[in-house]
Amino acid sequence: MELALFLSVGAIAILGAVGVVTLRNAVHSALSLITNMVALAVLFLMLNAQFVAIVQIIVYAGAVMVLFLFVIMLLGEKAQESRERLPGQRVFAIALGALLLAEIIYVAQPNLLPGLPGKATTDMVAQGGNVQLVGRLLLSDYVFPFELTSVLLLVAIVGAVVLAKRKL
Amino acid sequence: MLYQAWIIPILPLLGAATNAFLGARLGKRFVSLVACGTVGLAFWGSAWVFADLTRLPAGERLAMLPMYQWISAGDFQVNFALQVDPLSAVMLLVVSGVSFLIHVYSTGYMAEDRGYARYFTYLNLFVFSMLLLVTANNFLVLYVGWELVGLCSYLLIGFWYERKAAADAGKKAFIVNRVGDLGFALGVMLIFVTFGSLDYQDVFAGAPQMLAVGSVTATTITLLLFVGATGKSAQIPLYVWLPDAMEGPTPVSALIHAATMVTAGVYMVARTHALFELAPFSLSVVATIGAVTAFYAATIALVQADIKRMLAYSTISQLGYMFLAVGVGAYAAGIFHLTTHAFFKALLFLGAGSVMHALGGETNMLKMGGLRLKLPVTYWAFVVGALAISGFPGLSGFFSKDAILWQAFASPRGGIALWAMGLATGALTAFYALRAVFLTFHGESRLTWEAERHVHEPPSSMALPLGLLAALAALGGYLGLPHILGGSDALGSFLAPVFLDQANTALETQAPGNELGLMGLAVLAAFLGMGLAWYFYLARPEAPGALARRLGGLYALLANKYYVDEIYGGLVVQPLVALAHFLGEGFEIAVIDGVVNGVGRTVAASGAWLRRLQTGFVRNYALSIFLGAVIVLGYFLFR
Amino acid sequence: MVPVSYYLILSGILFTIGTVGILVRRNALVIFMSIEVMLNAVNLTFLAAGRYLNSLDGQVIVLLVLTVAAAEVAVGLALIVAIFRSRGTTDVDEVNLLKW
Repeated sequence: MELALFLSVGAIAILGAVGVVTLRNAVHSALSLITNMVALAVLFLMLNAQFVAIVQIIVYAGAVMVLFLFVIMLLGEKAQESRERLPGQRVFAIALGALLLAEIIYVAQPNLLPGLPGKATTDMVAQGGNVQLVGRLLLSDYVFPFELTSVLLLVAIVGAVVLAKRKL
Repeated sequence: MLYQAWIIPILPLLGAATNAFLGARLGKRFVSLVACGTVGLAFWGSAWVFADLTRLPAGERLAMLPMYQWISAGDFQVNFALQVDPLSAVMLLVVSGVSFLIHVYSTGYMAEDRGYARYFTYLNLFVFSMLLLVTANNFLVLYVGWELVGLCSYLLIGFWYERKAAADAGKKAFIVNRVGDLGFALGVMLIFVTFGSLDYQDVFAGAPQMLAVGSVTATTITLLLFVGATGKSAQIPLYVWLPDAMEGPTPVSALIHAATMVTAGVYMVARTHALFELAPFSLSVVATIGAVTAFYAATIALVQADIKRMLAYSTISQLGYMFLAVGVGAYAAGIFHLTTHAFFKALLFLGAGSVMHALGGETNMLKMGGLRLKLPVTYWAFVVGALAISGFPGLSGFFSKDAILWQAFASPRGGIALWAMGLATGALTAFYALRAVFLTFHGESRLTWEAERHVHEPPSSMALPLGLLAALAALGGYLGLPHILGGSDALGSFLAPVFLDQANTALETQAPGNELGLMGLAVLAAFLGMGLAWYFYLARPEAPGALARRLGGLYALLANKYYVDEIYGGLVVQPLVALAHFLGEGFEIAVIDGVVNGVGRTVAASGAWLRRLQTGFVRNYALSIFLGAVIVLGYFLFR
Repeated sequence: MVPVSYYLILSGILFTIGTVGILVRRNALVIFMSIEVMLNAVNLTFLAAGRYLNSLDGQVIVLLVLTVAAAEVAVGLALIVAIFRSRGTTDVDEVNLLKW
C-alpha cells in the first residue's frame, strides 16, 4: 500500500518536473511546478515531516508560486522562446544529466548513509508532536542559524526593493 | 581592582578612539577633557592597583588577567593575557602619572595647534601602548605593545608632517626602531622554539631547567632581546633616532624620553631578567653598552647649543645608566632610576618647552640668557630638574644614581671600570645640566628685541604640571632611600619579590664604609661638574670659546656627534641607496620588466586562443560547471 | 516502509531534470523554476535521510533551505524584473554583455 502510494506520487512529481522543463508557456511551467511541489508535500508527509509538508504547501506552492505567476504575467512575454543558438548544448546537457543520474543511482545505497541512528523514532515523534519537536530543535540547537535567517530575509527584502524599484 | 586592572590600558584606548572619531567635531574643550580624563582615570586605577598590591603578602603580589584565547594554531597557543605584579605596578604608576601631567601640560602647549584632536588621539594611543607593554603577560602581547609604541612615536615625532625635518625624523625613528624590533622579534621566536610557549610564567619558570648557565641558546635569546632594547631605549648603536625625535612637539619629547618608549627596553630587560641571569655574557654586554653609552652621550651633550638636543643626549646617557644597572644585576636600582629619571627628565623637557613657548619656538641656548627674572616659575622648575639630574645630594637623581654606582662597584658582575665610567658620566652630567641653566636663565640676555617683548610665563595648565613634577623630582628619591642613610629602600623591597631569585648577596658582605665613601666621591664629581659649569658659563663667559678653539678637533668631533650620522649615512644609507638605484634602473628594466612583459605576452597569446571557449552565453558556462560537478562526483565515487 | 534508496533515487531524478532544465531553457523565469525543482529534490533527500536515521535535524535544515529559497526568489525575481526593464527580454541568451 505505502509503496503503491510512493510510486504514484513519485510519478506525479516527476511528471510535474518534466512539465516545468518542457512546457513552452511559462505559465504552464509554473502550474506544473505547483503540481510537483504538492506531490512532494505528500512525500514529506510519508516521511513523518508533517510540519515541513504544510510549510511546503503554504510557503512554496502558495506564496512563492503566486509571486512567480505574478512576475510572469507582469512581464507578459511572448510564449515562444528564441531559436537555440548553441549547437550541441541540448544533447550535451541531456547526456551529462544521464551521467549524473547514473552516478546518483549508484551512490543511493542505504549502506552509504553513515551516521548513528538518532532518538526521533516514529513513536517518539508521535508522542512529542512533530511541530513541537522541530520547533524546540529550531530554537535550541539551531538558534544561531535561525537568527541568521532573519538577517538573510531582511537583506533579501532590501535587495528586492532596491533592484525592482525604478528610481531610488 | 587588582583583577580589573585590564581597564587601565583600555581607558586611554577609548580616549584615543573617541578623539579620533569625534574629536574634530566636538571642540578642544571636549578633546582635552577626554584625553586628560582617561589618562587621569588610568593613573587613579594604577594607584588603586598599587594599593591593592601592597596589601597582599609580599610573596603573592601577582595577579593574572587572562582576557581571551588569541591565537590557537596547532601547538602555537597564545592568550591575550595581562598581569600585574610589583614591577608592572611601578611602571603603571610612572607611565600613567607622568603621562597625565604631560597631557595636562599639552592642553596649554598645543592650544593653538590645528591638529589638536589628532595630537591627543596619538598621545592617548601612546599611553595605551605603553600600558599594554608593561602589563603584558606573554611575549606576544609585549611585542604588540612594543610595536604600537614604535608606531606612536613615528606618528608623534612626525606630527608636524608639513615640515620635512619632522617627517624625516619620524621615518628615522621608525626605521631605526625597526632594526631593533627585528632582533626582538627573532628573540621572541627563538623563545617559542626553545620553550614551546610565550607565557612569562612558563618561560621564566622553565628557563633554569631547560637552559644551562651561559649556554649558547640563552645568550642568543638575550642578545636578540637586547638588540630590541637598544632600538627602543636608544643605546649604542641604535640611539641615532632619539636626538632627531625632538622634531615633534616638546611635550611629545617629554613623553618619549620620560614616561614611555625609551623606558620600554629597560623594563623588558628587567622583566626577562630570569633569562638574562642565565647568560652572563649578555649581561656584561648590557652593562658595557650601558656604561659606554652613558659616557659617550654625555660627552656629546656637553657642546650642544640646542636645548632639546642637549636634553635628548642626556636622556640617552641616563638610559645608559639604567642599562648599566640592569647589566650588573641591580634591576631594582635600574627601575628606581627609571622612575626618578621619568620625573626629572619630564620636568626638564616641559621646562624647555615653557622656554620655547615663551620665546616663540627658539631652541638655541646661545640666543637665550637672562630669562631668570622673566620666567621665575620655569626657572625654578628647571633648576630643580637640573640639580636632580646632576645628582645634587638630597634630590631624586642623587639617590637613584648612587644606587646604580654602588651596585656597579660592589656587584660581582660590576667592577671598577664600569663604576669609573659611571662616575665620570656623573660629572659630565652635572656640567651640561648646569651649563643649560646658566646659558638659558643667567647672564646677559642675548634675545632679539622682538623675542624679548614676547616673553611670558606659561599658562597655569603648563605651570601646574611643572610644579608637580618639580616636587616629584625633588622628593622622588625618598622612595628608595638606601639603608645606609637610615632609609628603608621602599621601592627596592617592593620590587624584591619580582627579582627575588637573584638577590645580590654579595652586597651584604661589603663594608658599609665603602658605600659611604663612594657616595662621597659621586657627590664630589657632581660638584666638580657644577663648579666647572659655573666657571665657564658664569664667571668667565669667554672661556668656553677659547677652550673650544684650543681643542678644535675634539670640539668639532663632539659638536658633530662623533659624525655617527655621517658614518651611518656612508656605511648603511649610501650603499642601500646605490643598490636601490641599481635595482630601480638596471635590474628593474632588464629583468623584472622583461619577465613581466613576457608573462603579459604569453597570457595575451594564450588568451587569443582560449577566447573561443568564451561564448558569452551563461548557459554555456553553466554547462561547464555541470561537467565539472559530474567529473568531481565521479572521481570520488570510482577512485 | 518504502526503502530509503527509492527516495534517494526519486530525488536524484528530480535533481537531474532540474539541472537539464537550467541548461536547455532560455527563459530566465523557467530557469528559475528549474532551480526550485532542484532545491525541492535536495529537500527530499534531507527528509529521507532524516527519517532513515531517526533524526529531526533534516527537517530543521529543510526549513532553513525553504527560507533561503524564499529570499532567493524575492531577489531573483527582482533581478529578472530589472533585466526585463532594461533589455526588454527575459531570454538569458540575449543577456550576454557584462555591461549595458
